[in-house]
Parts: sequence; structure tokens; C-alpha cells
Amino acid sequence: MLQPDDLVDPSRRNLFSWVCSVDHKRIGIMYMLLAVFFLLVGGVEALLIRAQLAVPKNDLVSPQMFNQLFTLHGTTMVFLVGMPVFTGFSNFIVPLMIGAKDVAFPRLNAMSFWMLPFGAVLLYFSFFTGSAPDAGWFSYAPLSTKPFSSLPGVDYWIIGLAVMGIGSISGAINIVATVMCCRAPGMSMQRVPLFVWIMFMQAILIVITIPPLNSAISMLLIDRVLGAAFFEPARGGSALLWQHFFWMFGHPEVYVFALPAFAIVSEVIPVFSRKPIYGYAFVAGSSTIIVLLSYTVWAHHMFAVGLGMGPNIFFAAATLLIALPTGVKIFNWTATLWGGSIRFTTAMLFAIAFLIQFVVGGLTGIMFATVPVDWQLTDTYFVVAHFHYVLVGGIVFSLFAATYYWFPKISGRMLSERLGKLQFWLWLIGFNATFGIQHLLGLMGMPRRVYTYDDNPGWALCNGISSAGAVFMAAGTLVLVWNILKSIKSGAVAGDNPWEGFTLEWGTTSPPPLENFEELPEIKSRRPVWDADHPDLADWKTEKTPEDRGHRPAAAKVAAWSFVISEAIFFILLLVSYVVFNSGDEIEGPTAETALDVSRTGIFTFILLSSSLTFWIAERCLRKDKIGGFKLWLGLTILLGCVFIGGQVWEYSGLFSNGITVNRNLFASTFFTVTGFHGLHVTGGIIVLGIMFMLGRLGYLTSKRTHVFAAVGVYWHFVDVVWIAVFSIIYLDVFK
Amino acid sequence: MSTFPLLQPASPEAQAIFDLFIMVVLISLGIFVVVTGLIVIALWRGKAKSDTPKQEFGSSKSEIFWMTGPILILIWIFVITTKLILTTNAVPKIQPTDATHELELHVTGHQWWWEIQYGDSSIVGANEIHLPTGTKIRVKIESADVIHSFWIPQLARKMDAIPGHPNYIWLQATKEGVYEGRCAEYCGTQHTWMKFKVFVTSPEEYEKWKQEAIAAGKTTATQVAKTAPAAQDAASKNAKLSTKEAGRAIFMEEGCINCHALEGLSTPSIGPSLTRISDRAIIGAGVLKNSQENLGRWLKDPQKYKPGCKMPDFNLTDEQVKQLVTFLWSP
Repeated sequence: MLQPDDLVDPSRRNLFSWVCSVDHKRIGIMYMLLAVFFLLVGGVEALLIRAQLAVPKNDLVSPQMFNQLFTLHGTTMVFLVGMPVFTGFSNFIVPLMIGAKDVAFPRLNAMSFWMLPFGAVLLYFSFFTGSAPDAGWFSYAPLSTKPFSSLPGVDYWIIGLAVMGIGSISGAINIVATVMCCRAPGMSMQRVPLFVWIMFMQAILIVITIPPLNSAISMLLIDRVLGAAFFEPARGGSALLWQHFFWMFGHPEVYVFALPAFAIVSEVIPVFSRKPIYGYAFVAGSSTIIVLLSYTVWAHHMFAVGLGMGPNIFFAAATLLIALPTGVKIFNWTATLWGGSIRFTTAMLFAIAFLIQFVVGGLTGIMFATVPVDWQLTDTYFVVAHFHYVLVGGIVFSLFAATYYWFPKISGRMLSERLGKLQFWLWLIGFNATFGIQHLLGLMGMPRRVYTYDDNPGWALCNGISSAGAVFMAAGTLVLVWNILKSIKSGAVAGDNPWEGFTLEWGTTSPPPLENFEELPEIKSRRPVWDADHPDLADWKTEKTPEDRGHRPAAAKVAAWSFVISEAIFFILLLVSYVVFNSGDEIEGPTAETALDVSRTGIFTFILLSSSLTFWIAERCLRKDKIGGFKLWLGLTILLGCVFIGGQVWEYSGLFSNGITVNRNLFASTFFTVTGFHGLHVTGGIIVLGIMFMLGRLGYLTSKRTHVFAAVGVYWHFVDVVWIAVFSIIYLDVFK
Repeated sequence: MSTFPLLQPASPEAQAIFDLFIMVVLISLGIFVVVTGLIVIALWRGKAKSDTPKQEFGSSKSEIFWMTGPILILIWIFVITTKLILTTNAVPKIQPTDATHELELHVTGHQWWWEIQYGDSSIVGANEIHLPTGTKIRVKIESADVIHSFWIPQLARKMDAIPGHPNYIWLQATKEGVYEGRCAEYCGTQHTWMKFKVFVTSPEEYEKWKQEAIAAGKTTATQVAKTAPAAQDAASKNAKLSTKEAGRAIFMEEGCINCHALEGLSTPSIGPSLTRISDRAIIGAGVLKNSQENLGRWLKDPQKYKPGCKMPDFNLTDEQVKQLVTFLWSP
């Protein structure tokens, strides 16, 4: 079995030791390196886009190539830069900040990471098939369905995203479990640094926001490969359902990126103002509110689809509402700066630029929340400017702040401040030139996603400026890469705490040793390192925070519950699609009433549900160390599960022999999709139960080690609960 | 053509949206000035300090005090937004069968052109719309394939054309003129060239245009009918055809007829109708200005001007192109 590797041992400092590593710091660094690599890839794609648009009627790239470029630029920046880079920082910094030795599940952590390059290869392999995806990163149906995108590019896009999604969810579950279960003594939940709290919120958000994407791409893949018609209106499907599912993922995804930016500046601004964050509870609480509200605003991406008055007004209100918790943060950061002793380091400069540019992006966001204005501005360059002010001017700038702030901790070396400031000014000028001018282009009526344009008055000039700005950003990026390489080779040694930081990561060496801390400082407040450095001004003397009561839940259970919540959302959306497509007037061909044998499936339902009971008895036996009873009842649980699957096979073969297959009509498509995915989950559960059975036989499970088995139980009972919903909706037709 | 179509509204609806936009921009500018002002002052005051400042942890009172402003502003914005959603009647609440408005436009998005049908006549056009000033016209927006978005910045909101989900908007132009319209939702390879023109004229001129268009359509039909037997006889006898007759033969034999409508001859709408094409302003939904020369260039190699468009290259000779143009220009 792999053991956490040893950075100090020179024999393990080769490439192979990185591939095998389960150390959160090494995995964090690998996440960041992957993100940097794809930042360059996605950046080159952006440069090609800007080069094509630099002059009117340009023919540098073909229309097909242009469409592939903006599709891959969006997909790459979201899934291969935004997701990994913040997971990387989270991985590296969160365990240090809470005084943990590693994340809760180091091996799962390694798996989560390696899913990403795997998914990336799948996505980019599409180039070698001659058709990179070109339906946009949003892949709107029916453009993304087989009749309109017959080449395999979209299939690679789907499978790549599914693989990366698995990595993202498991990585996020790990962070959730780490924060809940691995905090050092004294570190109560109310004492974690804001970075930890907000990344905790972000991890929760990832857990609940990827499932809608998984539902959508599963259905699209079934359309494309098995001939279903979920998203093909010509065959009864719905073009809008894709948009609803996609944006239920897509909008919270924006906060998956915005929250880490908030987390970063909530550390950087206080340290370089030499003050604690103003209104900790408000910054933390507003982040939680953002997580809750982010699920209620998705349709503001769809104001132009003709939703009707009611939804338009509701989503306008929700979108305006979500501006408030963000406004609270802006106020608190400004209040933190107020009266502080400001140090204008590169990290601080990037954080300040973040603040102002994010305000610009937020204010144009409010313009889009006023629905009639959205009707005019959406899908123009004004919206391109808006979201790049949020994603680049806000989030990428915060990322650079994080890079300059934590690089000394990660590498043990300082980055050059001179080169850093050069990069800052290149980016500040380049970014605002590229995207500031795009507000004007939008008002000139220039639409998004066009590969060229007529030589209308002003268009050539504005596009020229926009493209020229991109060159500055590219140069700035090269300066950063040069700065990093130079610093690793010959940078000044950082020492433990070069910035006079407040939080625990600055209380250990740079880079930290394998198990992070030789000795933990005493944790009596939110700023333990500040307390240690300033005993007279220690926070706990003036600002009381709740004591740590020492409660740490079992990590396996936290992980199981997180996973189950994530899967529940996946199933809820599949069931929504079932209800949507089966509650209409008439479907041609088979329906639930005509095709299904309710009483027979009722018996198999009873069998599956009784397996929950046998599982419960097995768990009780294990608690009392009755291994014989444990094996008996667990064996019975497995048997009942297998009988249920047998029943499903029986049912499927009956349907197949009547010519009812997934591509027959929308009833069949939804039926097979829902029950098929449930069957897969039961099968997976049976495999895990089998592993548990073997572990019991080999004597690894005892009454003292029941929490893993209990975690499996959470999953197994969940699968039964899902089936109750499936049976009620499909077989008993409770919604009709 | 206007440089800033979004800032030069020419209809009551576009005007109302513009007014709301300006209001929100002004509010935003105000907020921006206050926030950046505070940040700059804080930085200015703190830049020279090097001592340890007072360690402040915040106060709930000041948080609540400072958030009342933004809350009131957002409520204000919400109220004016809702009012505009409700009062401009931007989403027509009438049923498609309602006959109170005699002129209804029926717009269908295709990859990558617009089919325009007029409710008050049999005219079927492509990539251009003729409207009288003043009249409030209901537009039914549909799609024949993927999602498009129908947008005339100076006249109306944009509205998506969604297959299986017809949408309706109002269109009412107050000023005569030529307006630019286009597809605003990414719809595949040639989304870029999916533009159209809107010609707004006085009601009298519109009526005149309508009668002429109907007459021209009829003429086309009779012409086509007249030349038909002659052309076929001639072809069978291998005799020399007139340029126009030869063009007609190409239209029939090369397969143009399978995709394009020509009044009196064919009705498909896979590609735009070619009836009265000499009347049009643009070719290829905006990629070329319409003229006999440009039409010839387009027919010679459509993929050169609009790569990926549905019209294949038929490898016509210069002679054939000339014949076809002559036929299409005035059948």
C-alpha cells in the first residue's frame, strides 16, 4: 500500500513519486500546474479569437475553427483552469489553515486529481478525430444533438466533462470532510479563517451544482448515442429543458469561481492592511447565503427565451437579491482597508484591482437583472464584457493575488516583486483595454460568437483595441511564468512568515514538512499566528469566539452524506424530465400504463426495501461484534439486491421483446434512463456490499470500526429511497 | 445605419428599454463613484502608515446601517424593472387566433437565414422585412431547426426563435428608415451571417410596396408558366435556348428547385425564396450586397463567401452563372 511520501527523502523526489503522491500539498501543486498549463492553452485559444476579430472580414481562421476555438476556450477555462486552480489552492491551504496533517481522504484526493488530466485528454482528443466540439461551452440543444452536430466532437465534450465532474465532486467531498472532521484542537467552526469557511461553502456548492450538469449531459449522450429525443423538438423533445438543466449548473458554477476569489481577498486584504477582517460573521454568513441563493437565479440566462411575465419577474428579483450578500462583502473589505496600514505588495495590488473590477462586473450584472435591458444587451459584446469583468477582472486577478501571497509558503521562495508589479500593470492595462471597450461594442450591436463582422463605423477601431489589450495580458502571463521559474531557481528564501500573516499556514516552515506542523501554535482565536506574534494585542483578549467543543463527525459518514445529496439532485432532475415528458396529453406508442407490470415490480420493490431492513440488522450485529450474524444478514442483503436486479433484467427483456427500447418514444427514453441509472447505483451498491462482506470475513470489520459500514449504509438506504420515488412516480403515477 | 443602435431607439418599446437602461447606468455610476471613492480614500490614508493600526473587528450596527442604501436602491431598480416588464406589454398576451391586428408577421429562423411571411398577403420573403410606420404589429417567431434569436436593436427586444416553442413580440416603428436586424443566438457555423434588413416606410408607401410585390409575384408566376413548355420543348429538341430559358433549365436540373421557392414553380423553404430577388438588398443573409454581379459571384462559389452554408458549390460555368442570374433577376 502507498504511504504518504516524504519530501525530505531525496530518493523520492523523482517524477514517479509525484505520480504516486497522496500528499495534499503535492496534489495541490499538481492541480495548480495543470491549471497553469491549461491557462496557457485556453489563453492561446483566446488570442486566436482576438486575432481573428482584430480586423473586419478577417479570414485567419475558418468559421468552423472559430466556433471550435470559443467552445474550447470556454470549456477549458471553466473546467480545466477555474475548477482545478481553486481546488489546488483549497487542497494546499485548507489543511494547513486548520492545523490538519492532510485532507480527510488522501487517496481519494489523488484519484480526484487524476480524473482531471484524464478528462482533459478526452476533451482534447476530439481534435484528432477531426472535429473538436463546436456547439459552444453551453452546447445548446438542439444544435448539440445528432441532426445538427453529427461529428463526434460533442460526444468527447460530454464524456470529458463527465469524467472531470466525477473528479470535481469527489475532490469537493474531500474538502467538506476535511473541514468538518480534521480541524486541530481549539479550531472551532467559528474560528476557521475566512478562506477555509468560504472554500467549505464552495465545496458544498460543487457537490450540489455538478449533478444538474451530469443529468443534462447523460440525457444528451443518450440522445446522441442511443437515439433518444430528450432535446430534439422535432421528435417531441424540449430545447428549453437543456437550458434549464444547464444553467442550474451553470449559474452556481459562477459562484464556484467567485467564492474562492472572495476567500482569497478576505485573507490578502486584512494581512496587507495589518488588521483583522471587518465583520467576519457577515463575510462568512453572506457566503452561505450566496450558496443558497445561487440555485434560484439560473433562468436569468434565459430572459430572451420567452419565459412569460411571472418567471421573468421572479428571476429578476432573485438576481437583484443575490447582489446584496456580495455588496456586504465589498463593504467589509473596504471597511478592513479603512484605517489600516496598507502595504502595496503585488498580492495587495491584485486584490485592490479585483475589488474595483469586480464592482464593475457586479454593476453591469445588475443591468442584466433588469429584464428589459437584458432583452437588448444579452448575447452582445456587452455581456462578454460583463462576465469577463467578473471572471477575469475579478476572479483571475484574485488568483494572481493568491499566487503572489502563497507562493512563498508553497515553494519556500519569494517571487520577485519587481516582476510582479510589471505583470500587474500589464494585466491591468491589457484587461481593461480588451474588455472595457467591449461594453461599447455591445452598445454598437456587435453580437457574441461571430467569426467576423462588417466594417461598420467604429467596429474596427474598438475590436483593434480589444485585440491589442490581449497582447498585454499574454505578455503579463509570460512575465509571471518567468517570475516563477526564476524564483524557484534563485528566489530569495521566504522564511516561515514573510508577510506577517495571521493564520496557521504561516506558523509552519515554508514549504511545510510532510505532516505540516512540527508543533501547532495554541488556537484560541481566528488568528493564532497573530496571537503568537503579538501577545499583548492577542485577539482572544478582546474578541471572544466560541470555544471548540471538540466535536468531529466521522469522515466516512460526512463523505457518504455529501455523496448521497449530490446523487439525489442527479436523480431529482432525471425524475423531473420523466414528469415533464410524461404528463403531456398523449404520447404516441407505449406509456407507463400500457407497458409496465405494476404488481410484479411491486414485489421486487418490496424485496429491495426489505434489503434495507436486513442491512440494518447486519449493522446491529456488527456493533455487537456478532460477526456470524453480520455475515448472514449482509449476505442476505446482497442476495435481495441481486434479486431486484434480476427483476429489472426480466422487466427490460420483456420490454425489449415488445420492441420497447430507449429510442422508441419519450416514455421509453425517460423510463430506461431513470431506472437504468438506478439499476447502476444498485449494482454499484452490491459491489461495495460484497467488499464489506469480504472485509468482514477477513476480520477487518469489528464493532470499533463500524463507521465505514455505516457510511455504506447511508448509500444503500439512499438507493432504496430513490427507488421509492421512482416507483411512485413511474409505476404509481402519483403526478397524474 | 446607426453607430450605436442600442442608444438610438426608434420604437416606443425600444425607447422605454433605453430609458430604463440609462436610469440603471446612472445608478450604477453613482454606486461605482461612491465605492471606488471610499476605497481610494482608505488606501490614501493608509499608504504612509507603518505602525500597527487599531484592531477593529466590525460592528453589526454599522453593517446594517451601510446596507440600507443598497437595499433601497435594489428595491427601486426592481420596481422600475417590473413596471417595464408589465407596462410595455413586451410579451403580447393575446392568442395567436386573435384577429384584431390584421398585419401579423410570421418569422421563421433557418440555418442561416430568415423566412418572412406577411399575414395580410401571400408574400413570402427572406432576410428583409417591410413595415409601415405607426402600426403595432404582432410577430410570431419560430424556428425550423435550432435556436435562433430575432433582434432588431432599434425597434424591439430580442426574442429567441425556438423549435417547438413559438414566441410572440410586438413591433412598432415610429420613424421611417432602414434598420439592421440579425440572429443573436449562436446557431452553428454561419451564425455570423444571419442578418436581415427592416424597411420602415409610411403606410401609403408600404401599401404600394405590398401591391407591387404581389403583382411582381404574379408576374413571376405567369412568366415561369409561359417559358416552361417552350423551354422543355427546346431542351428536348436540343435547340438553342435563350439565356433566360437556359437559366430556367439550370434552375430545374441542377437542383435549385429542391431547396428554393420560386412563385409559380416551386415552394420548398430549405433555402430562401428567390421570387423577386432583384428587389432584395442583401445576398446570403448579409454576406454580400445584392446586385447582378454579386449574385453571379455567389452562385459561382457560395462556400467562398459563406463557408459551411447549406448551399453547395454546383461548379457552374461562367456562362451558366450568367444564364441563371438572368433568369432569377427577371424570370
